[in-house]
Amino acid sequence: MFGYYTTLAIRGLRSQVALTLLIIAAVGVGIGASMTTLTVYRGMAADPIPHKSARLFRPQIDNFGPAGGMGPAGEDGLQDRLTYTDAIALLQAHAAFRQAAMYATGLVITSADPGHRPFDTYGRATSADFFAMFAVPFLYGTAWTTRDDSDHARVIVITRDLNDRFFGGANSVGKAMTMNGEDYRIVGVLDRWQPLPRFYDLDASFGRPEDVFLPFTVAVEHKMQFGNVNCKKAGAGWDDMVRGECVWVHFWVELPTDAAAAAYRRFLDSYADEQRRSGRFQWQARTRLRNVREWLDYHHVVSTEARILVTVSFSFLFICLLNAAGLMLAKLVGRAPDISVRRALGASRRAIFAQCLLEAGLVGLAGGLLGLILTGLGLSGLHALVSDDVRVLLHLDALDVGIALVLAMLATIVAGVYPTWRTARLQPASQLKTL
Amino acid sequence: MLKMKQLSKIYRTEVVETYALRDFSLEVKEGEFVAVTGPSGSGKTTFLTIAGLLEELSDGEYWLDGVDVRGLNDYRRSRLRNEKIGFIFQAFNLIADLNVQENIEVPLRYRGLGGSERRKAVNEALTRVGLAARARHYPSELSGGQQQRVAIARALAGRPRVLLADEPTGNLDTQMARGVMELIEELHREGATIVMVTHDPELAARAQREVHVVDGQVVDFAAPPRLVGGIETHQ
Repeated sequence: MFGYYTTLAIRGLRSQVALTLLIIAAVGVGIGASMTTLTVYRGMAADPIPHKSARLFRPQIDNFGPAGGMGPAGEDGLQDRLTYTDAIALLQAHAAFRQAAMYATGLVITSADPGHRPFDTYGRATSADFFAMFAVPFLYGTAWTTRDDSDHARVIVITRDLNDRFFGGANSVGKAMTMNGEDYRIVGVLDRWQPLPRFYDLDASFGRPEDVFLPFTVAVEHKMQFGNVNCKKAGAGWDDMVRGECVWVHFWVELPTDAAAAAYRRFLDSYADEQRRSGRFQWQARTRLRNVREWLDYHHVVSTEARILVTVSFSFLFICLLNAAGLMLAKLVGRAPDISVRRALGASRRAIFAQCLLEAGLVGLAGGLLGLILTGLGLSGLHALVSDDVRVLLHLDALDVGIALVLAMLATIVAGVYPTWRTARLQPASQLKTL
Repeated sequence: MLKMKQLSKIYRTEVVETYALRDFSLEVKEGEFVAVTGPSGSGKTTFLTIAGLLEELSDGEYWLDGVDVRGLNDYRRSRLRNEKIGFIFQAFNLIADLNVQENIEVPLRYRGLGGSERRKAVNEALTRVGLAARARHYPSELSGGQQQRVAIARALAGRPRVLLADEPTGNLDTQMARGVMELIEELHREGATIVMVTHDPELAARAQREVHVVDGQVVDFAAPPRLVGGIETHQ
């Protein structure tokens, strides 16, 4: 009977066309509004590295104590970043399975080829473990080694985009690239990789990714500038910021088991206590170790406003569905005579219910398709209004399309339950008497 | 075939109870053609809707083809209605956006018949009512008489045990009404059991037996006079 009900449902859509279109419009507008906000929200709330997010940790140490330092701190008073001193100490301790210190820096890339003009770009100074720890895919070559880190080797890994731009997509491993006036040897080319949000450095959660990766040791040696820095006291120049109590180094560790995470927590506490005993800290320094999800929550990567917006838009969808339910009721009441005839000819309530609910599902499907078009328009409109950082989230993927269609169909079926139930409960005799 | 015993139908509101049928008893035997007559509001149509399992009775007993219908759930009532009863309505009640063939197929679909069985039954029924050439026409393309013939074909297609007709010629002009009535009589001669509700004494006179209903009660089981060879007789 499913095929028959489907045929009837399609015929039902074609009858009372104006009402059908109104219902589709009500569902479509609601889906369009809710999917537009949901798409942005999903982009913000997505787990950027789902297969490892529970095993990657961000350590924090209370460098500034109760007095605090200059610049913002988290809700718990802790700074996001570590001092250079602490970062190096943690690296040298090798207490984690993998570990990487890092910071973002600006670079000027030049080329001997007159066809390439010099240009500014972002680079990330980091440790060799960065690539394995974050499961970064390579198109050509590999990461540099920890030996390269300690040897201050002038090696770099570049992104696929930069490789396309400079080398026409050919394998550039082994070739040289001039940055800030010095030559670096390319050891690897990344494949497409852009975790969103960029959890490992939330200074630009959704911003343009860096083009070049180079060893942390080399960047510090060359005094490559870093971005955000908070100090306990105002510093004076590079050495003060590197050697003094200034936090600017992002630090991540990979801890493959709960036991390893617990051990690392003890290690961090022990390290902080050691700093107090040595007289560096005059306070009982707190430490924290947060995994990726906890880190994103701690930073409110998904803003309260975004959550409210999603709630509001889904409330709007609910109102649209109430309207759709009313329109469906009107439509089905208009078809009461036909339904009564079907009842007289042997259709059970169950059969009428199934037929009408299938029709609601088809209306939902049509509403979902309209909603997708409106979502596309909504996202296009937002493109013009938001910053580059957020723009990267404004796209529909296959999952969004699936969510929109399933949501539309389910929501419309739910909205159609009451009108359908009412229709199935019609007393055919009362209708047939008046025919 | 159809047996009602002290059947009642009460419509209740918060303030009043109305008996549409009261102590209504009637038996229709297989192959009988019974006319149910009575003034407007007497309960004729209520009787028909209860007989057709479109409404539940309030009290009493009702057997349809040997099945006690009291307490049956909706699914079983619908199934019974589909298999045992063919309806012929005053207003034809064809579904406007289905063509003739699809209209006739409706009860067969709910019975779960396959495509070839349905087509065979539809062709037979349409041939029987003389509209085999109109299978692809829509109701709006047919005259009133033709629409009623399609409705009769729809009622016949499922080979029901009893045909329930509610003022079957009420919406037709005299000529068309005559044609439809002749078809109903022909069906009866072929063995169909027919219960026809009408307020038209002339139509009632063409039935084998007339049951008169007043205020929801059967008041008379008189056999209507029949004209046989121009002489009025009583059975």
